[in-house]
Amino acid sequence: MHRRFFRDIFEWIRNKNSKTYENIIHGIFLILGLITVGCVLLITVYLIISGIPAIKEIGLFDFLFGKEWASTAGEPKYGILPFILTSIYGTAGAIIIGVPIGFFTAVYISKLSDKKIRSVMESAVNLLAGIPSVVYGLVGMLVLVPAIREIFNIPDGASLLAAIIVLAIMILPNIIKVSVTALDAVPKEYEDASLALGATDIETYFKVSVPAAKSGIAAAVVLGVGRAIGEAMAVMMVAGNVANMPSLFQSVRFLTTAVASEMAYSSPGSLQRNALFSIALVLFLFIMLINATLNFFLKRDKEK
Amino acid sequence: MKKIICLITLAIALVCVLTACGGNKEAVTTDGSTSMNKVIGALGEAFQADSGITVTYNATGSGAGIQAVLEGRCDIGLASRDLKDEEKAKGLEGTVLAYDGIAIIVNPENPVNDLDLETIAKIYTGEIKNWKEIGGNDAEIVLIGREAGSGTRDGFESITDTEDKCKYRQELTSTGDVITTVASNPNAIGYASLASVKETVKALNVDGVKPSEATIKDGSYVVQRPFVLVTKTDVTLSESAQSFFNFITSEAAQGIIIEAGVVPAN
Repeated sequence: MHRRFFRDIFEWIRNKNSKTYENIIHGIFLILGLITVGCVLLITVYLIISGIPAIKEIGLFDFLFGKEWASTAGEPKYGILPFILTSIYGTAGAIIIGVPIGFFTAVYISKLSDKKIRSVMESAVNLLAGIPSVVYGLVGMLVLVPAIREIFNIPDGASLLAAIIVLAIMILPNIIKVSVTALDAVPKEYEDASLALGATDIETYFKVSVPAAKSGIAAAVVLGVGRAIGEAMAVMMVAGNVANMPSLFQSVRFLTTAVASEMAYSSPGSLQRNALFSIALVLFLFIMLINATLNFFLKRDKEK
Repeated sequence: MKKIICLITLAIALVCVLTACGGNKEAVTTDGSTSMNKVIGALGEAFQADSGITVTYNATGSGAGIQAVLEGRCDIGLASRDLKDEEKAKGLEGTVLAYDGIAIIVNPENPVNDLDLETIAKIYTGEIKNWKEIGGNDAEIVLIGREAGSGTRDGFESITDTEDKCKYRQELTSTGDVITTVASNPNAIGYASLASVKETVKALNVDGVKPSEATIKDGSYVVQRPFVLVTKTDVTLSESAQSFFNFITSEAAQGIIIEAGVVPAN
């Protein structure tokens, strides 16, 4: 009924004047596109406006390099160095564990596996990507955290290590999928040429296919970094959330969890709430940096 | 969450004003303890459904709530502590609405069953580090707490007098997380609202008293605090405020209070 109505209208406009019709459609798409851009702008502007006051009040240096965070203490301290370092270490750790696994899996899926295994593995990877982060957190909390406590014989397993392992698993699908796409796109001729010269399969894949796909694989890693640094829920459930300076077996708090855990109780307009916005702003800048890096890799890929 | 509830209350209030469902009865204003959010929210909702009078709640903290009543800025003040003598001298009256019992929980495997309040404080400030010092296994004590700003944390720290001094190993964001963590770590100790404690953890006796509704009510279980309604003795409440007051201290409200996780006083 509706469809017919719209079709009639479009039909009518088209018959009347095809230029007007084109313009209208163009306009609709433009508006839809602007909504997305508008959201990004709105969030950016909002974060900057609400993030700046606390930084001004606390002082940029004390805020970024202060080692102590005690937002509700009698004498509140707002230093976010522990959060920044934890986020960096946690992400780095996840990359160190996740990238090799993801990379070799991608090579296997793209080059070595037969069709059947490939389809099974690909759907497994897709499934992994679809698992909500709270589920990762729950499994981490109930299985990983006690396991770490037992294995390393420490009093409590909620630690940076637990967060790193959870993050490493969470970034796998991103790394694998993007790397597989990049490896699949390597022209068959490159590999055939290498094989014709007498190189073995493995030599060909690692000396020809992988170098040819290296921009795409680098993009995959950067995407993994972005996912790891922005994750809050799963990390909140396994990292312990105490504002310690990061160390592998200590309870730590990430930039994301610092915002998430205190937001609910902070009163609007208070320095605590504003400081949380400032943390979000710092996180946002990190993500922007990562996005810029990603664009750099993708652009280089295109130019080649 | 709190903010959301506030917003919803506000939205409901607005809707009611616009549709004039409250008639010409004025709204009841309450102000005070952030910990009482849940119970006052539930009671306010029930009261409004019943009478059509809206109840507003301003989460400012016990001290600010008492001040607000004193200055006549709200009908009923909310405090999660007893009134001090000098406050009573200023013409304020406290009526205990309910008691909030906080259970000290450990893993069921833990042989410790009983601690006194001072020991609990020492454990949480890091003075006692090993369970064997207090008759348990030779294992480091793992302190589980709540995030800054949580009502339970505020209650626990003020009762044990350990504000800003607790050396937490984990700061979790919900009661459920605390219970799950303590249930999965044999050396953990945590605190949670008594109403939400399950069999997966063991609630310790404090000073030899087992936490229960009865011991909280008679005051023998000490890790508890009263939720007090503060009113002025020399000023009579408005008609709607008085009917709200009567409603929440009546037997009909007891079920709602229990559901909000605290022990009704009447």
